[in-house]
Amino acid sequence: MALTEKDVERLSVLARISLTEEEKKAFARQMSSILDSAAVLDELSTDRIEPLIYVLSKYNVMRDDKVRPSLANDEALANAPLKEDAMFKVPRLI
Amino acid sequence: MNLYHLTVHKAAEMLNRREIKAQEVLEAVSRRIDLVENKIKAFITLTLDQAEKKAKELDDRHEFTGLGGIPYGVQDNLCTLGVTTTCASKMLEGFIPPYDATAVGRLKAAGAVMVGKLNMDEFGMGHFTETSCFHPTNNPWDLTRVAGGSSGGAAAAVAAGEVYYALASDTGGSLRQSAAYCGVVGMRPTYGRVSRYGLVAVASSMDQVGPVTRNVTDCALVLNLICGYDGLDSNSLEAEVPDYRGYLETNLKGMRIGFPREYFENYVDESVRDAVKKALLKYEELGAVVEETGLPHSKYALPVFRLLASAEASSNMARFDGVRYGYRDEEAQDIAEMMSNSRGRGFGPEVKRNILLGTYVLSKEQYDTYYLRAMKVRRLIKEDFDRAFEKYDLLVAPTTATVAFPRGERNEDLSDLLTIPASLAGIPAMSIPGGMVDGLPVGLQLMGPRLAEGTLLKAAYAFEQAADYHLRTPVLEV
Repeated sequence: MALTEKDVERLSVLARISLTEEEKKAFARQMSSILDSAAVLDELSTDRIEPLIYVLSKYNVMRDDKVRPSLANDEALANAPLKEDAMFKVPRLI
Repeated sequence: MNLYHLTVHKAAEMLNRREIKAQEVLEAVSRRIDLVENKIKAFITLTLDQAEKKAKELDDRHEFTGLGGIPYGVQDNLCTLGVTTTCASKMLEGFIPPYDATAVGRLKAAGAVMVGKLNMDEFGMGHFTETSCFHPTNNPWDLTRVAGGSSGGAAAAVAAGEVYYALASDTGGSLRQSAAYCGVVGMRPTYGRVSRYGLVAVASSMDQVGPVTRNVTDCALVLNLICGYDGLDSNSLEAEVPDYRGYLETNLKGMRIGFPREYFENYVDESVRDAVKKALLKYEELGAVVEETGLPHSKYALPVFRLLASAEASSNMARFDGVRYGYRDEEAQDIAEMMSNSRGRGFGPEVKRNILLGTYVLSKEQYDTYYLRAMKVRRLIKEDFDRAFEKYDLLVAPTTATVAFPRGERNEDLSDLLTIPASLAGIPAMSIPGGMVDGLPVGLQLMGPRLAEGTLLKAAYAFEQAADYHLRTPVLEV
């Protein structure tokens, strides 16, 4: 499976990661090689095998619907690169 | 006497008997760090000032139970209240968590003294602690060789006597592989045994926290404190935690040990195979029944891991968007550009490539070919183990295919090959010093069924007491 630089560019838009031209080139090559090495999985017939989604047998872990203490506003904002009043600040959306 | 070189259990005993003070123990470690850290480069952040305060408090109160008063280090992907937690990434430079990871909090409550945060591969992605945005970590046995990764800082610091023990993490084998390369003990407990709350997530279906120590007894002592249910991690197991010290005995009569032939094939260095075979003979002498067995799907583990780990990472890493914490591009005019540039500049190449690969294998067109198929083969790998454990109490194999190699001679494919299968199966596995090849440690890997940490400790302890590899230490003084 050969990925092109165009493919990598499309993925970088989906994943929201800006890349340099050199990175696109290098990643296309490296990712193609990783995907090629996954071709060994084609040896196995997996049609009837259930995917292993989760190694534990539990699911739907619920807790009591009770109010618990949470971070104070200033603690939650302490690491924000940009904030205003009690909010995270981002560039214009619309 | 060099206090820094004491075992955790010996130091704890001496503190209890008032033969030494916590401040003296800390001072010994601090002098050791002064002496060797510029060679090893195990730390990202040192917290010796806070450690001194804590040691003094403990001495004043003289309350020493368990690990109280003993200096330790924390891999820099575990959140520490008020102490920067970077994951060795520019993305998180200067990030100060508002809470402690559960495992860290438990040690803190027990009076443990944290001396710093330890180097790693960026977000755990890498093999030799070389993708750290700060600096690589050197192997204490030979400074020109790699310390392993992603827990290279933790393993090297423990081996070099800079900390008594460390908390680290294991996704595909990180702490076991690093422990093997550095000649120390590393345990990856059963998935869910130790809370992952406060561990920065990479591949959530495999991430696990575990101890790195200089011997098996110390490993049991740390496990006693960090294992157990935590409501803050929905994967946390509710199973009762035994006192692991109770497993430290040397009679292995009747224990059934299998060695999987796939872990002894030609890609594993002959010298490593020989060392592990010698260890297997030792196990027979100790009373165990040792037989060859098979884990036939082992060769598929690496591609399965790469696909699943990148997919899970691509989702987990979405939280780094320059809004709530982390690096942010301040120039961008709109929000999409801000996020793209922040991530493009904040992450290193290994991380970016992994996110892109994960985005690809999770895309609608590729999902069945890669992600779904990998999850199916993961079941086959787990079932190999299930079958083996019907017959054997544990499996013994090399931890890595080679000893630590010189920096620059990269062989990424080989480095995690033997640790990944246990990660995919969610079972406990540990690496202990199992031999020496040309002055470099060989890791002996023990793998057991779910919740069999005790069995692993017993077999590890019996071997350790019969051999003396854990007593050997690298020479760093010139």
